[in-house]
Amino acid sequence: MRSDCGPDPVPHRRGGCNRGSRSASRAAMSVDAATVKKIASLARIAITDEEVAKIAPELDNILGWIEQLGEVDTSSVEPMTAVIANTLRLRDDVVTDGGKRDAVLANAPQAEHGFFTVPKVIE
Amino acid sequence: MTNLIDLGVRELRDGVRAGTFSAREVADSFIVAVSKAKQLNAFLVETPDHAIAAAKEADAARAAGETLKPLAGVPIGMKDLFCTKGVQSAAASHILEGFKPEYESTVSQKLWDAGAGMLGKLNMDQFAMGSSNETSYFGNVISPWRRADGGNAPLAPGGSSGGSSASIAARLCPAATGTDTGGSIRQPAAFTGIAGIKPTYGRCSRWGIIAFASSLDQAGPMARDVRDCAIMLEAMSGFDAKDSTSLQLDVPKWEAGLNASLAGKRIGIPKEYRVDGMPAEIEALWQQGIDWVKDAGAEVVEVSLPHTKYALPAYYIIAPAEASSNLARYDGVRYGLRDLPDGANLQEMYAATRAAGFGAEVKRRILIGTYVLSAGFYDAYYTQAQKVRTLIARDFDRAWETCDLLLTPTAPSAAFALGEKSADPIAMYLNDVFTVPSSLAGLPAMSVPGGLDKSGLPLGLQVIGKALDEQGVLDACLAIEERAGFKARPDAWW
Repeated sequence: MRSDCGPDPVPHRRGGCNRGSRSASRAAMSVDAATVKKIASLARIAITDEEVAKIAPELDNILGWIEQLGEVDTSSVEPMTAVIANTLRLRDDVVTDGGKRDAVLANAPQAEHGFFTVPKVIE
Repeated sequence: MTNLIDLGVRELRDGVRAGTFSAREVADSFIVAVSKAKQLNAFLVETPDHAIAAAKEADAARAAGETLKPLAGVPIGMKDLFCTKGVQSAAASHILEGFKPEYESTVSQKLWDAGAGMLGKLNMDQFAMGSSNETSYFGNVISPWRRADGGNAPLAPGGSSGGSSASIAARLCPAATGTDTGGSIRQPAAFTGIAGIKPTYGRCSRWGIIAFASSLDQAGPMARDVRDCAIMLEAMSGFDAKDSTSLQLDVPKWEAGLNASLAGKRIGIPKEYRVDGMPAEIEALWQQGIDWVKDAGAEVVEVSLPHTKYALPAYYIIAPAEASSNLARYDGVRYGLRDLPDGANLQEMYAATRAAGFGAEVKRRILIGTYVLSAGFYDAYYTQAQKVRTLIARDFDRAWETCDLLLTPTAPSAAFALGEKSADPIAMYLNDVFTVPSSLAGLPAMSVPGGLDKSGLPLGLQVIGKALDEQGVLDACLAIEERAGFKARPDAWW
């Protein structure tokens, strides 16, 4: 779920596309309630204020622990794309599947007239 | 007469072939054992009809004088992460409760094609996120093991494949499937005194396995000993055009190739795995393992994997990032739960469904993943983690210049009590400290029982191999298994 609009840049935390070596020192508490609400909204998970209050320090703690990765010099390292050298196969551009409408819809919480149904989107 | 549930995969297979007992007798024995073990909560769905149908087929084939299939007469357990046609496949979550796939996962299909039958679907950590089986929507699995202190505190069977580990240790099935993203086969195997192997990434097809972190997820077998794992792994592995990362390689004859002599092998001991605060008993078991592989003819060398300490933080960026993307599909539209509050629009339906359907740990990881992938943070977290992953893989490549295999403990402790670590996510994550690096590098790795701690709980040793060298890993584990002579089993209190 990579989003186009991230959380507001947080002061004193690494923001932007900060490549190369960074300071290992860590800013003060930076995952606040507003950030948690924002990412929960991006992740489409409804969240109560009580849950926000519980989750914010947890995420801050976990992200603070993760922060130690910043001390590794990766300036001359390529990010991993595959653990085992493997080429992506191409197959012939032909129809290999289909005609399974009822099977596709079989587990839908609500399906009508051969379609998935959702609450009205267009007034 | 022999109690059939005490037999392993090979003994059951060979006994059915020889006519010592029928496949139906085997299936019935395990079906009864499963039905009597509700207290362990290891099975989410019982499928006796499936096991009986496979048994009847095996017995009919034998009566007709046909050659029996590789796993004919062997009933197994199936982790709930595998989609099984017509049988609930929920990844132990509420959001997929009631989901009955219209298709069969490649790995489970291969097992049925090999003649195995299914006893049922096994409980697990929800979406395979956990190390103790405490995140299942359907309740904790209770380990059949208890500390020898008379306290009877319920213990964790490990996770995420906790239903698999508990049911094998309790003799409810001779073998089961597991999946391993950061240790989810090996750590539960160590906690319950059984064996389990995560093969090289790409050996087993991921098709039809409910996705957690696709660049790490790998299926593998869990069973009571090394040979049984080799038999199971042969049936589960193989190229699958439906998985883009499936390796286009023949499946080696691992069982026939088993060889417990380690003459000419160099086994590396990574010095960075001597972590602070490691219990003396784990240290002692590790040293015992070193003595065992030397006795089997191996040369032991010290090696360095300098980026080991960064493996866990890198994992806890990469795995949640991939999970947040994979779990975006659960939206209340196509399958599973829908929560539609009065007057809610489509976006509100998504959010309500996901709030009601995911457990706390799953939400935590989706939120972490969403955060590290969001604009402005992607390079600092995700790209940096993938670069560190390159360095971790390079550490292993350098180690292979001076050794053929690595020997480490599987986990930094024996099984802990349920509830003991669930309040502190990082303490729980640290349980995977020895298993995550090889996952990040896609390498084959196996846990084999080494002995018991002073509380009478099992401890495991881990062997890590080069990519595609499952044979080397199995052989070293066989050498350890022969010397450890691990025969302990939990008393049947359930």
